[in-house]
Amino acid sequence: MRKVISFTLNGYNVSAEVESHKMLLEVLREHFELTGPKEGCGQGECGACTVLVDGYNVNSCIYPAFEVDGKSVVTVEGLLREGNKLHPIQQSFVENGGVQCGFCTPGMIMSAAALLNENKDPSEEEIKRAISGNLCRCTGYVQIVESIKKAAEMI
Amino acid sequence: MNQLRFVGSNLPRPDAPDKAAGRALYIHDLKRPSMLYGKIKYSEYAHAKIKHIDTSKADKLPGVRAVITGYNTPEIRIGFIRDNFALKRGKVRQFRDEVAAVAATDPEIAEEAIDLIKVEYEELPGVFTPEDALKEDAPLIHEEDPRGRPRKDNIVPVPWKFVSGDVEEAKKKAAYIAQGHFETPLIQQSCMGTAGCIAEFDLQNNLTIYTKTQIPFLAQNDFNRALAAMGLKGKNTRVIVPTLGGSFGTGLDTHAYEYIAILLAYKTGRPVKIVLTREEEFTALSPRQPTKTDIIQGCDKDGKLLFREIRMLLDNGAYTSWGATTPSVMMLPISSMYRVPNVYYETTIVYTNNTFCQAMRGYGNPQATWAIESNLDDLAEEAGIDPFEFRMINRNVPNDITPMGLHISTCGHKECLEAAAEKLSWKEKRGKGRKVARGVGMASLFHVGGSGRVYRSDGTGVIMKLDDFGNVSVITGGVEMGQGLNTALTLASAEALGVTPDKVTVVWGDTATCPWDVGTHASRGAFTACNAAIMAAEKARKKVFELAAEHFMPRVKKQLEKRKKKDPDFEIPDLDYERVRDPSEFDMKENIIFLKEEPGNPFLKVALEEILRAAHFKQEGTMIVTEAFYDPCNEMIDPRTCKGNLSATYIFGTQGVEVEVDLETGRVKVLHVVAAHDVGRVLSQQAIKGQIYGGVIQGLGYALCEEYKTDKGRNLNPNFLDYKIFSAPDVDFPIDIECIETIDQEGPFGAKGVGEPGLVPTAPAVANAIFDAIGVRIRSLPITPEKILAALKEKAKG
Repeated sequence: MRKVISFTLNGYNVSAEVESHKMLLEVLREHFELTGPKEGCGQGECGACTVLVDGYNVNSCIYPAFEVDGKSVVTVEGLLREGNKLHPIQQSFVENGGVQCGFCTPGMIMSAAALLNENKDPSEEEIKRAISGNLCRCTGYVQIVESIKKAAEMI
Repeated sequence: MNQLRFVGSNLPRPDAPDKAAGRALYIHDLKRPSMLYGKIKYSEYAHAKIKHIDTSKADKLPGVRAVITGYNTPEIRIGFIRDNFALKRGKVRQFRDEVAAVAATDPEIAEEAIDLIKVEYEELPGVFTPEDALKEDAPLIHEEDPRGRPRKDNIVPVPWKFVSGDVEEAKKKAAYIAQGHFETPLIQQSCMGTAGCIAEFDLQNNLTIYTKTQIPFLAQNDFNRALAAMGLKGKNTRVIVPTLGGSFGTGLDTHAYEYIAILLAYKTGRPVKIVLTREEEFTALSPRQPTKTDIIQGCDKDGKLLFREIRMLLDNGAYTSWGATTPSVMMLPISSMYRVPNVYYETTIVYTNNTFCQAMRGYGNPQATWAIESNLDDLAEEAGIDPFEFRMINRNVPNDITPMGLHISTCGHKECLEAAAEKLSWKEKRGKGRKVARGVGMASLFHVGGSGRVYRSDGTGVIMKLDDFGNVSVITGGVEMGQGLNTALTLASAEALGVTPDKVTVVWGDTATCPWDVGTHASRGAFTACNAAIMAAEKARKKVFELAAEHFMPRVKKQLEKRKKKDPDFEIPDLDYERVRDPSEFDMKENIIFLKEEPGNPFLKVALEEILRAAHFKQEGTMIVTEAFYDPCNEMIDPRTCKGNLSATYIFGTQGVEVEVDLETGRVKVLHVVAAHDVGRVLSQQAIKGQIYGGVIQGLGYALCEEYKTDKGRNLNPNFLDYKIFSAPDVDFPIDIECIETIDQEGPFGAKGVGEPGLVPTAPAVANAIFDAIGVRIRSLPITPEKILAALKEKAKG
């Protein structure tokens, strides 16, 4: 089954004709040619594909594309401001060593964005819980947690 | 040297903004026009004869452009001793054996086509433990060796043996002896970005392959060899490395999937992309080798080590990768960690029908250190000496030559041990937590810190290109895979050349444009590339100052005249503007050229870019491009004696861990980790912390939860739900990093390699802490609650 879905993507109204079995990640990457959401596992285990749907972080690799019809989707690209200005969370990851190989980074940042939407002053434990679904093999998470902590201070 | 501006600073990674914005392009993000998608069909048996492959249905599926097997393609041999094949003929030897592949216009069609291929097998008895593989009547995994000669057993013909002194004699003299059998499991590197490539041919049949590798130039050689096997002798490969989503050793071999993409691209005349799924990453890439180690160490009555004897049995799996050379690195700690005069080391590597293994961060060192450092605590216990004191007695010292012939120059072992003990409050805590099942433990590491001459060349090239705007391209053969090579290289190049880091762009990952490099392995990336960059920068400075001799004073004059125009009150100082100066009179810092004699003179300063432009943009102009090829002062080990000074310098470290054990559940809770490392010098604060934090957490995963489980050769946990790596909430304890700066004379600005060490001693430090907490010794990784409970039960029995 195919259907035209309409939603806002990073602030713009968009639509796409998709098949019923397609997941949001594939639509974002293949149809809209976004490279921010990554496929690390394709089964909702690693969090590299994390995007915001109506402000909440979801694993887009197991989120049916049909489900975003009428909703708002924000990817890591959507955090950028005019003139390639990084969002404070992105900037904080850059400044505090939150980035290494970078494959988990967009997903991490989106989970951090969802957290900071809800909680302006999260504790270290709350930060760790918020990114518990985002695996990273390079950093040992320490500088990622620091990045999110400092981002909260900046925002 | 004492006024370093950028080296050791906290400047961010140059690639971080793009990565944080989702703009960095990994293999998953790359597309080529008219690209096809490749997919591989793997074996359904661990050991079986291939009777027949029926591809007729797959051939007819719309969208399929090629279906290949070992029977309709040229034989491409791969692997360290060329005992593997891109596509298998005759029989399969492991579940992941590649028996067929397709290229299709869509990934879903490719997957469907794979299912339509029917392979008929005749199952053969399999061998799944190294002990079984050594039995006299064991089925042969390989009936013939790579040269076609019949094989009689399953022993991989890569023996490793190292003998120094007389262990038997030392055993007689020893006052205390500890003996043990230690095991380590298969574990998966678990890169967040899975492996993949795109292969394409141009119309001259030269190959371009975008691929996830740590060895672009050795891969070029491997692929050229494959081209020759395909009848394309003399054709060339261009290897392009995209952004890597981690690598951790997976990129040290070329892989069957790469050759399959090459075969499919050649057959279809179109670019072919193969990216592994997470399940394939687990089941079809090679994990870290499992080991079985028998160890005996002995000391005299004062605790001085007299001997170390180690016999290892390694499960190679069905084929041989470069992983079979990891014993050469195991030999480093075995022969040289702590001062031990008599050493015996022997390893047997055997074929089985398990998945074949390859390198992972640490390259054998974690397996060896697991046995040595666990057993060392047992020996300290036997001798009645505090394990920290025991280590201090036997610690490595500067300016020493070890039994393996390793020349230790700088050595911060003592400082690392002391830092770990102090930060862990060793004196207050050791031996005092038994009542509450809390304990502290430590373990050290010894590793190459100045590259390792695994191949005849241990070289790396750097080209430094200065443009008209004072920008500097640092073109390197090394590979950035997340570790921070580009960061270190940016800072070191800026420092050495005298420019600011924002002027530096590191260019890497293309065999057609970058100078040769043996590969990013052995913690050598920053060590070798920064050394090469320093050499290239010296040459560039020399040229800059030669140009300045001619152009400096005229530029000064022009600047002052310009100023006068703007500001009529300005008085042009009385200088000799016609004077041609000597190049040796100049210095340059932060993009500004000035006179050494008058560094503070505000009039005698010219920007680098002005000199470069003046020298270039004219008739008979000139440009500055320099190159350097750095090859460290180390040796290949003698294949007969296994002796030789493998590295230009060595690194040391000690990690201390405090744990609490839940006696009800057997769960080990980490309370505190201290990681004290002799790093030579910190090149980049961010990068070094990332390397050590990340290493420690990988090491804790190895210690406590990671295990690639198999049943008769089949992987049982090919996903992150069943294969547990640490997640953020698991890191609920502080990690204290102590960087000991020993400033090594061979290192760039004194730095040593730091890529691998972070995870090497973690597991034995945990096991030693557990022993302190509850008095049981766990000898096999990972240390699961089940093993703890079983050991406690055993202990209770007495």
